[in-house]
Amino acid sequence: MKKRVLSATMTSLVALAMLIAGCSSTPTTKAPAEQSKTETPATTTEPAKTGPKQLIVGRGADTKGLDPITQTDGETFKVTENIMDTLVGFADGSTELAPSLAEKWEVTPDGLVYTLKLRSGVKFHDGTDFNAEAVKYNFERWSDKSHPQHAPEGFEYYVSQFGGYKGDATHIIKSVEAVDPTTVKFTLNRPLAPFLANLAMSPFAIGSPEALKKNVKKFNEHPIGTGPFKFVEWKHNDTITLEKNPDYWVQGYPKLDKLVFKVIPENTARLTALTSGEIDLMDGLNTDDIPAVKGNKDLQLFLRPTNNIGYIGFNVEKKPLDNPKVREAIAYAINKPEIVTAFFDGVGEPAVNPMPKTMWGHNNDIKDREFNLDKAKQLLAEAGHPNGFKIKFWAMPVPRPYMPEGVKIAEAIQQDLKKIGVDAEIVTMEWATYLEKTRLGEQEMFMLGWTGDNGDPDNFLTVLLDKNSIGSNNYSRWANEEAHQLMMKAQSTPDQAEREKMYKQVQEIIFKDVPMVPLAHSTPALAGKANIVDYNPHPKGSESLEKVDFK
Amino acid sequence: MALLAYSIRRILMLIPVLVGMSIIVFSIIRAIPGDPALTILGEKATPQALADIREALGLNNPWYIQYFDYMKDVLSGNLGESLQTNAPISDEIMPYLAATTELTIVSMLIAVFIGVNAGILSAWKQNSWFDYCAMLIALVGVSIPIFWLGLMEQWVFAQELKWLPSVGRDDSRNPVEAITHFYILDTMVAGRWDQLWEVIKHLILPGIALGTIPMAIIARITRSSMLEVMRADYVRTARAKGLAQFWVVYKHALKNAMIPVLTVIGLQTGLLLGGAVLTETIFGWPGVGRYIVTAIGNRDYPVIQSGILVIATIFVLINLLVDLLYAYIDPRIKYR
Repeated sequence: MKKRVLSATMTSLVALAMLIAGCSSTPTTKAPAEQSKTETPATTTEPAKTGPKQLIVGRGADTKGLDPITQTDGETFKVTENIMDTLVGFADGSTELAPSLAEKWEVTPDGLVYTLKLRSGVKFHDGTDFNAEAVKYNFERWSDKSHPQHAPEGFEYYVSQFGGYKGDATHIIKSVEAVDPTTVKFTLNRPLAPFLANLAMSPFAIGSPEALKKNVKKFNEHPIGTGPFKFVEWKHNDTITLEKNPDYWVQGYPKLDKLVFKVIPENTARLTALTSGEIDLMDGLNTDDIPAVKGNKDLQLFLRPTNNIGYIGFNVEKKPLDNPKVREAIAYAINKPEIVTAFFDGVGEPAVNPMPKTMWGHNNDIKDREFNLDKAKQLLAEAGHPNGFKIKFWAMPVPRPYMPEGVKIAEAIQQDLKKIGVDAEIVTMEWATYLEKTRLGEQEMFMLGWTGDNGDPDNFLTVLLDKNSIGSNNYSRWANEEAHQLMMKAQSTPDQAEREKMYKQVQEIIFKDVPMVPLAHSTPALAGKANIVDYNPHPKGSESLEKVDFK
Repeated sequence: MALLAYSIRRILMLIPVLVGMSIIVFSIIRAIPGDPALTILGEKATPQALADIREALGLNNPWYIQYFDYMKDVLSGNLGESLQTNAPISDEIMPYLAATTELTIVSMLIAVFIGVNAGILSAWKQNSWFDYCAMLIALVGVSIPIFWLGLMEQWVFAQELKWLPSVGRDDSRNPVEAITHFYILDTMVAGRWDQLWEVIKHLILPGIALGTIPMAIIARITRSSMLEVMRADYVRTARAKGLAQFWVVYKHALKNAMIPVLTVIGLQTGLLLGGAVLTETIFGWPGVGRYIVTAIGNRDYPVIQSGILVIATIFVLINLLVDLLYAYIDPRIKYR
């Protein structure tokens, strides 16, 4: 009896396994195949002309949250910029300021009062009015820690751009007044030259006060702004879907009916998806793949204007890197042109200063050190290390637009350093740990980079090398009083020509003291279908896609 | 009776296993370098804000208090909230779990169907060219990097031949409306046969990539197990009775040979559930593996902890299921 049961079970099990497997591979493939055959003309060709115009954008990682003020990462802003507008905007493809929700503005000569004239008749996606009160509400939420919709963990970008919160001694914004529905007045505690450029930064986009009041947690999952597209759905780690805002305040835009951001972590797989037509546009193109894109008539290559710096940094608190001569010696031993040729595939250029060459204030008079191993050896000898030394060299574990292949670049530098007696051991670790440990100053020599947010030199020099940024983005831990004074003064000087002079001076000090070796400015590469028109990659790394259309 | 007693014993044994597992997961998480409070608040956090958030998260309590608090929540079905999204993890994890489960089932169907049959045929035609080829493929199969295999599949079948889609779970131009998050089910419920076909097409390439290793292992185990069984007396008897080789193999030998194969299938299913990160990454599959890896990058402690706990629990349950099935099939096991 038992044997029967056993054999019956076994046979049926196997039969079942085969049946299921068989079923799933044969009949299903057949039936829908026929169906798809009959349906193909109906679903793909016909509606393609009359149906909604959709753009699928492939990217490497998901958005962390959709309430832009709570976020700092670029993947977030790529989406939110299409949903929410800022008061001040940037011109297409450049960091020049342009009107956005504010049509025009006036600044008092002392640089303390900014009066912004707002666009009238603009509505949020939930139908409520955009006006001066809405602007005031957003700023109150950001600046006042006791505001009911203020996040308990604070708003990182608000603190870094506006010097803290209401009541802090360093807080820049004294008051925000709604003078009338279309006029808003900002009064500052001290002049802040990049104030308008800060307002143009993606985190400071204006959200619907009604929606925020109703449920601020939900806002992070379902943002409501005045932008060209309305939020539809977020499938985490997969897609975020937006649809056209028919009431958008810019006449004739957006051109697309639907916009989908799709996460495809692997760069190569993303390019495959583009080639096979599953997506229409992608960022994070491997530099190696540029020739393939150029050679494919169905695709086109986009280059994002450079706004970044990849650098080799020195933790100046650690021996022997505390000696500027040692740092200079290493600078002489880094063959920038060769590295850029070998690893940036024509989309980068050697850097001299820690800010992009295209930005105003870049010091073009500084002549870079040439690659010279003899000079490097001589400097090392002068510094008391004629036989070199051992050092740990931290290499970036992940590709970034400003540093495509961290470990390989580190290995190239390692070879040259060996020639001057410096034995560099390459260290690498998981990215979050890397950032954390470099921020804490555990590294010796390291590599990192920065992409600018707002087109102001302050956003490079002060962020990366001011002494107040030690513990945040000043990973070199370089504290130079003279440079600090200049940067602080430049920050509160309204006159741009004056500021330019000061920043040029700062760059000279940096060049002389070598807290870092600026390596390259890259132009990140993107690829898209050949029929995409009016796509203008913005230097800050993300842009609204309202103008994008298909030929 | 004996089976029932064994089952109860086996289920009770789960308790210490699960407790031990939760302690291990809990302590490993705390070994990750980095301060979660600092990660949440960012680089410009004030000491006060850091202290507040540590207090709120209970990070100041001794670890065993944190552990008991956590277990109390877990047992009441509360897996905590993600630090990144502030959403309850028990809600958030469902779509990911469904995506991974769907992929795992398809991979295992492919692996079992091809693996078992290749193993049987190899044993049947031992030392034939088929046997050599199959075992060579199986050898390559276990050692092939999934990463490379996935990219090759995409290149050949998506980019060049354009037969199959390369990434994602559905066509983004015609997205599936999620109900249960099992897209095969969802599309069938909605009667969207065009979408069902899309979903199946999307499952094929990652299914093969993920199924290759278990397929190879299953083929090898099936082969050796079959060879052993075919040497047994009862098989010889069956053959002596003049039974056709096909029936000898599929009816008499297979049922006994399947016992070790079942174990392997169970183990591999569990492994796939948690170890699909690479496949999910290459194929842009929004699965639970990537959910946890992303959480590790963000130092999202509650997600890492609960995510691993959920996967480990499923793994243990699959093993239980295999053991029970095993005991049911082979009565000798009860006396172990």
